[in-house]
Amino acid sequence: MLIIVRRAGIAFLTLLIVMTLTFFLLRKMPGDPLHMWAMELVQLHGMDFDSAYEQVKQMYDYDPHEPLGQQYIRYIKGLMKGDLGTSMVYKISTNRIIIKALPWTVFLLSISLLISFGLGSLMGMVIAWKRKTALEPIVTAYAAFTGATPDYITALILLIVFAANLRLFPMKGAYDSALTPGFNWPFIKSVLRHAALPITAYVFESTAAWAMAMKGSAVSVLGEDYIMAARARGLKERRIMISYMGRNAILPLVTGLAIALGTMLGGATFIETIFSYPGIGWFFAQATTRMDFGLMQGLFLVTAVVTIFSNLVADILYSRLDPRIKVEE
Amino acid sequence: MSVTAIPGRLYRSIYEPFIIIRRNKRAFVGLIILVIFALMATVGPEVVPLDTTQSFEKRFQWPSLEHPLGTDHVGRDTFQQIVHGSRDVLITAFLAAIFATGVAILIGMLAGLQGGMMDAVLMLMTNAILTVPSLPVLMIVASVWKVKDPVRLGLLLSIWAWGGLARAIRSQILSLKEREFIEAARALGLSTFHVVSRELMPNVMPYVTINFFTLMRGAITASVGLMFLGLIPFKATNWGMMLSLAAWQTGAIYVPKALFYFGSPMACIILFQLGAFFFANGLDEVLNPRLRT
Repeated sequence: MLIIVRRAGIAFLTLLIVMTLTFFLLRKMPGDPLHMWAMELVQLHGMDFDSAYEQVKQMYDYDPHEPLGQQYIRYIKGLMKGDLGTSMVYKISTNRIIIKALPWTVFLLSISLLISFGLGSLMGMVIAWKRKTALEPIVTAYAAFTGATPDYITALILLIVFAANLRLFPMKGAYDSALTPGFNWPFIKSVLRHAALPITAYVFESTAAWAMAMKGSAVSVLGEDYIMAARARGLKERRIMISYMGRNAILPLVTGLAIALGTMLGGATFIETIFSYPGIGWFFAQATTRMDFGLMQGLFLVTAVVTIFSNLVADILYSRLDPRIKVEE
Repeated sequence: MSVTAIPGRLYRSIYEPFIIIRRNKRAFVGLIILVIFALMATVGPEVVPLDTTQSFEKRFQWPSLEHPLGTDHVGRDTFQQIVHGSRDVLITAFLAAIFATGVAILIGMLAGLQGGMMDAVLMLMTNAILTVPSLPVLMIVASVWKVKDPVRLGLLLSIWAWGGLARAIRSQILSLKEREFIEAARALGLSTFHVVSRELMPNVMPYVTINFFTLMRGAITASVGLMFLGLIPFKATNWGMMLSLAAWQTGAIYVPKALFYFGSPMACIILFQLGAFFFANGLDEVLNPRLRT
């Protein structure tokens, strides 16, 4: 129990570090961004500059002339209330953009993670069990290749081949905008067709890594006495492979799930941008190229919270799943 | 030439590792790939002139004797751009790996040797770096801090990259600290500087060297990616810029004839990554004799 509290404490401190770093980084932004948005208001509504500036200050709950300490307190207070800031480009609260974008990212990532984890651990199990098969060198080569190929190149190749030239899949978006979103077949079909290439990109990039991790873990399990005992009892090969070797070997991979989620969330920026998929990665890329600091900060904090929290959950889960393991430190 | 003709020290430090790498097929292929890239980045731009004259009628050509890798959207030679782009890409990655390694050694050593509060604080920072994905961090920093030269880009790429190595060095130091030879050095009253530089460093160096290539690989992926997203303004010949232009601005991805234009930077990145991966694997065997069978 104490260990869980400690872990949670570390996670909280990590979050605090990230929040503080983001704060100071974004306060170092070149020039006065409020000035720019105030000028925009002046041109749009013909109001005088001072009142426009006041209005912008209210909108973003940010005053560059305030002492830094007070700004920091105001920023933390805002975050405590769940207010992630205001987008300067879209002129709406960052929370609303996240509520719209996050489901798309979660949809892509959860399906991709499920497929690649399942496929990869199955591959790893088989090559660990069967030792000398044609599959092993193929999977090893595949792992070396995906390790060498950045996710954006995989995504770009898929886009070029299957969308731009063969035209089998759409180039951009999450669904056909002519359709009404809802629980109807044409819409679901369109969503799946749009998600197919991004999911393929994620799955192609991460399956081999799961296979190698599973193989390593399974090989170490193979030497255990209970495998030999199961063999001596004359159990079926399949049963030993799946229930005895597989189930024990898969445990250490659970912590890997959280790390994978982190890498995938990081890579989401590339994959979603390449397929113009309106998830948080796409919005993040938009925000950085358009200098939308309010949106950047919110999206970044969401990414950080998700990865920190999933790491914490994985740590706790791991110690629960395998009582032999004591969580270190 | 017989082996005995080579003086002992030189033999052990240069010739023997080379022989081991030569025997390991994958490591040798990796070494050759890395040497080719190094030549391309250093000598290449001096030998291959960059011709930027645009001629629209030569747009998106297939490879020919005149243009070994075809041409781009305005008829410029792809091969020249790849060669001239390689210098910035590789120098940036090299610098990033140097900076990250330096920070990792410093932090890992400090945390491992000092312990206590220092260790706790440093490991908290390391933990933050390892948990939060690097790309979003790099994107934020790149948008605030406009980098224009390879040195600063290298610095930028290294800020969120040193976590893994720092943690590994710390745990190695923790276990080395208890060994007899360190205790002996301490008992002899040797200075901390001596212990660190003469006793500890040689023991962590193999690990550091192999990680150097991993860091370089990461830096190349990240820098090309950031350029691809248009976050770092750089020369048009840079591989990331080539990809970015091909994907977003010139419509090259719709033209099958442009295959060599957008395929070349991709192939270079994958090749370099493979080369570094194979070579680092082989190096692992050279530096850890226990792995050799």
